[in-house]
Amino acid sequence: MPWTKQSRRPTPHSQRADQVVASPSLRASLNRPTVEHADQSPLAKRLFGETPEAWGFVLPAVVIILGLSIVPMIWSLILSMQSSDLVTPARWIGLTNYRVLSHDPAFRSAVVHTLIYTALFVPLSIAGGLVLALMLNRRIRFIGLYRTMVFVPFVISAAAQGVLFSFIFDAHFGIANAVLSWFGVGPQGFFADSNQALLLLVLIGLWSGLGFCVVVYLAGLQDIQQELLEAAAIDGARAWGTFRYVVWPALRPVTVFLAIWETLQALQLFDLVFVTTRGGPLESTTVIVFFVWNQAFQLFNAGYGAAAAYVLAFTLLIVSIGLRFARRHQTEEVGG
Amino acid sequence: MTMQLMGREPRRRFLPFSPWHLVLLPVSLLFALPLFWLVLSSFMTNAQINRFPPTIIPDSLHLDGYRFVLNNALFPQWFLNSVIVSLVVVIGNLVFGSLAGYAFARMRFRGSKTLLALMLGTLVIPFQITMIPTFLLMKYLGVIDTLGALIVPSLVTPFAVFLLRQFFLSLPREIEEAAWMDGCSRLRTLWVIVMPLARPALGTVAVLTFLTTWNDLAWPLIAINNDHHYTLQLGLTTFQGQHRTQWAAVMAGNMITVLPVLIAFLAAQRTFIQSLTSSGVKG
Repeated sequence: MPWTKQSRRPTPHSQRADQVVASPSLRASLNRPTVEHADQSPLAKRLFGETPEAWGFVLPAVVIILGLSIVPMIWSLILSMQSSDLVTPARWIGLTNYRVLSHDPAFRSAVVHTLIYTALFVPLSIAGGLVLALMLNRRIRFIGLYRTMVFVPFVISAAAQGVLFSFIFDAHFGIANAVLSWFGVGPQGFFADSNQALLLLVLIGLWSGLGFCVVVYLAGLQDIQQELLEAAAIDGARAWGTFRYVVWPALRPVTVFLAIWETLQALQLFDLVFVTTRGGPLESTTVIVFFVWNQAFQLFNAGYGAAAAYVLAFTLLIVSIGLRFARRHQTEEVGG
Repeated sequence: MTMQLMGREPRRRFLPFSPWHLVLLPVSLLFALPLFWLVLSSFMTNAQINRFPPTIIPDSLHLDGYRFVLNNALFPQWFLNSVIVSLVVVIGNLVFGSLAGYAFARMRFRGSKTLLALMLGTLVIPFQITMIPTFLLMKYLGVIDTLGALIVPSLVTPFAVFLLRQFFLSLPREIEEAAWMDGCSRLRTLWVIVMPLARPALGTVAVLTFLTTWNDLAWPLIAINNDHHYTLQLGLTTFQGQHRTQWAAVMAGNMITVLPVLIAFLAAQRTFIQSLTSSGVKG
């Protein structure tokens, strides 16, 4: 019986109706013959639960979601201990891939590039997102339009962004060099310059990613209780004091969420690199996921690529656990 | 809010409008300018673009780029492929996401809590550790290098299941209970009574699923080799590689790639931002 158990704790608005029409138990007993699986044996109930047809409902989702995540995750771990080219049978080689990886200068530079990108992208998107959200958090004319303009790049695909900015930053025909020349700056190499390419990727990442930080911060700002801000104003707090002691602490959960989210995004950078630089020039933009893709699908070292992917996955896991732990620790401090 | 946060408004007004416009207008223009340039350059000729410094405002609308893209390349095919894949994936997520979300919200069955936790757990598995075995799985299923390979792995996502489950939990049980009492099956209850109430949640799932599917590049890049089966994103990338100097055509192609998403976003902006922020603030 699906609802005999629940009827013990009726929801508030159902209570009165129940009293008028029938008590829950009466309703249950009246209904017994019509319930679809009344003939179900106790054994089946114990095996499948009270509503066995639920399995039919969840089956497609379970097969696809778990089948295409947990199975590949384990498979990938096995693959990382094999020498495999995806075509001929794989050979078991234990931890050799990981050992080779730790001495591979190409992998090391991919890690360094990923870390540089992350170290620039995450703080800048959080600081920029916060500043923009504070500026956009006011009721003036056209504010909706301003917000839309800041957010719109977020929905543009990485492929479209990459193609567009390859054009804008084209060393010969790009408008960026034309604009710079108006200010008396000589032509730049941009994506062709190994000192600039990675910084340019950060810039494009910020262009498209800041909007997300802004809307999340805006939602956070709107959740701050008016009374707190009014109390601060009555106590004579000035703008900076209000921000420092009321707004910033109230936004802490949002900031932690964004820090985790943006870090995970930054460590997994791939699409934009593929479209704009393909890891070049001089491998200056080869990041970890690009390294994995290149190893697995271009050089056919699938086992080696899987090992590199696992190294990144462990890093991601440690980052999210570490930051979640930091959040818990901080909230305890604030609470105590 | 405004006053308390950013200091008091100046008592005497020097400007007929809020001074914040002086900051906000240039900043938001900075975000919009690359897109303006995309629109403008797609209506230029190659000669205008390849001039240095380039023409900023085209004298008239040139459709050369669009003509080139629509006649010479596989662009229409790629567009169609993207539409098919996105459409099927969106419908799959609505159907299978509703079924699973409803079961997790309203039915008691053995292992439901474990299954739900496992599904939630899969959200943190990064794509790059599943991509190689997923490629192999699709190969064994015989769908690699076809649109099927792009559809099957995204046919239902944990995101859709969770979002719909949360929504179903927020609905009052009474109507559904009344339907069960009248002998209505669970499936019929879901279809006739719950689904019409769930339109806002279904809309959110549809819009966000469409956006991620339409914009995906990494998986089509791995799964598709035959250029007749490219999606628009993959096609655009290769097209740019092959026509490096024909920027007008490349930008016209880029416009065609971006436009459906822009339209979907502008049409459903509110839904869109609300669902993004609710997942963000509560996550």
